[in-house]
Amino acid sequence: MASLRPSGDFRSSYAADTAIFDTRASRYACILAIALLCLAPLALDKYQLSLLIQIGYLGIAALGLNILVGFTGQISIGHAAFFGFGAFASAWIANHTPIPVFFAIPLAGVATTAVGMLFGVPAARLKGLYLAIATLAAQYILQDFFSRADWFTGGVAGTPAAPFRIFGVAFDSDRSYFYVVLAYVVASFVLVANLMRTRDGRALVAVRDHYLSAEMMGINLTKYRTLSFGISSFYAGIGGALYAHYLGYVSVEGFDILFSIQFLGMIIIGGLGSIMGTLMGTAFMTLLPEAMEQATKLLAGTPLDAALDLKQNVSYLREMAIGSVIVLFLIFEPDGLAHRWRQIKAYWKLYPFSY
Amino acid sequence: MDLTLLGQLLLNGVIVGTLYGVVAMCFVLIYKASQVVNFAQGEFLLVGAWVCWWLLTTYHIPFVWGFLITLVFMMLFGMALQIVLLRPLIGEPIIAVIMVTIGMSIVLQALMKWLFGVFAQPFPPIFERDSVTIGQLEVRTVYVMSMVVCVIVMGGFGYFFKATRMGLAMRATAFDQQVAQSLGVSIRQVFALSWAISAMVSGIAGVVIGIVSGVSSALSFYGIKVFPAVILGGLDSIVGGVVGGIIVGVLENLAHYLDSQFLHWGNMFEIAPFYVLIVILMIRPYGLFGTRDIERV
Repeated sequence: MASLRPSGDFRSSYAADTAIFDTRASRYACILAIALLCLAPLALDKYQLSLLIQIGYLGIAALGLNILVGFTGQISIGHAAFFGFGAFASAWIANHTPIPVFFAIPLAGVATTAVGMLFGVPAARLKGLYLAIATLAAQYILQDFFSRADWFTGGVAGTPAAPFRIFGVAFDSDRSYFYVVLAYVVASFVLVANLMRTRDGRALVAVRDHYLSAEMMGINLTKYRTLSFGISSFYAGIGGALYAHYLGYVSVEGFDILFSIQFLGMIIIGGLGSIMGTLMGTAFMTLLPEAMEQATKLLAGTPLDAALDLKQNVSYLREMAIGSVIVLFLIFEPDGLAHRWRQIKAYWKLYPFSY
Repeated sequence: MDLTLLGQLLLNGVIVGTLYGVVAMCFVLIYKASQVVNFAQGEFLLVGAWVCWWLLTTYHIPFVWGFLITLVFMMLFGMALQIVLLRPLIGEPIIAVIMVTIGMSIVLQALMKWLFGVFAQPFPPIFERDSVTIGQLEVRTVYVMSMVVCVIVMGGFGYFFKATRMGLAMRATAFDQQVAQSLGVSIRQVFALSWAISAMVSGIAGVVIGIVSGVSSALSFYGIKVFPAVILGGLDSIVGGVVGGIIVGVLENLAHYLDSQFLHWGNMFEIAPFYVLIVILMIRPYGLFGTRDIERV
């Protein structure tokens, strides 16, 4: 990361070293991007907006996973189950208690944290591989729980989720719900960016880089591993809740292991341990199936279509694309899109002398 | 209490458990030799079973030949995967290695669905008699065959590691890579061979399961069920894998029995091993036979 800065660009104060944005220009660019996104519902059609909303709530959940995997170095293969739990919890709170949806979403996050902690008890003692296997078990146990607990999830029929509402104004169209998701995305990304500048955030990174040294320096491993698992579940829950109130309906199916792997794919493609990269990876993973859909439409009637029978098989091709993208990124670009982006920026900054 | 059902389920558990044991053995082999956690183990079963099924139904060759061609194919397949996908990742963090095997498993699963469809396909009949009588129990021939094949495979494993030169080299590598290398063991060969053997033996297990209950993408679930087995037995113990597999097989059938007789929760068969997995991880993460991880600085 640091090596991509031009020579002579030194940081001479702690404030400069912990700044969220390297330069003033990047800060303005970020603010401008958010302002442009605020205007997006005026310019984009319903389909494009729905894609942006999807990137938003998946991005929040993926951000949680990136804290766990990218910053703390723990592996979770059960993220979709927690995402699903958040969705059901929020719908349940809104349906069965007088609490309005506005408060149900953060409460769902808290409830998911509690469940995450339950499975996080082994996480406190386990690391790497063993945690991966424990979360794999969590994935199947929670999935089983969803199909079993009719009172909570509505069983096979699924459960309806009331639309988001503040002061009597319902946010039930794509156009208005976009702002809800945008607010949550901005808030959670700012929170995480700031978390990484604090003592606790640095402790998480220390646990990832060398847990024995971290422990010797007085970092409580159990505490920070559990904390990171809790934060990750919290974001998964928030993302799930936003998903529930967007669709207005949560079905028991869909929170399967493939979805969990897609979350892992998002953060690997975006860049492990990169906050902006999480969004890039989520966008990539969300747009990939759409792009394949478009390509199928374009190819309709061509010999290639006849040979592969694309219309029938596009769902398998999509799964294969997800798997191969993960493998290819790991082999050829293990630092993800965020790294590639930094390289492009450095190239332009340093042109024509590449050092 | 229905004792006949219990007996039947226990027998079933042992038979399925030995199959889990064989798959677990293959999993542990890869883990011990190359420190890779293979999430695509179930897909090896799937690929082996489909290839054999395809050879038998398309070309109508005798079963033995189809089976042998499948074994050779699986060997090359495992070796190719190791060389192409996992060799570049030596020395990378554990998440990268795990994710590559997960990605591999998704690709293989989707590819098999694409090529062969989503419906279960039966193998052409191989035995003339459908069932044989042992003592007083009527047992389906395929179950007997499954047991026999599993025991032969386990015996073969034992012989290979105890008595052959390559087996010794593999054990040496598992014990200490650097020392083994300095004594002239080719680590590359050992890695590739361990994947080849693992894929081949998984292919055998896949064909056996395919003969017993038809080939479908459900076979890849064996690769997930292998985790409770290997954690129970200890990740780095081949014997542990076998014992763990049998325990898991019996256990899930016992859970099924309890469920169908008393509890009526449904689906306990599928999910019970995962509860056991969580409990084991909490009280004894290195399993029954595994070596305890001691950390030195």
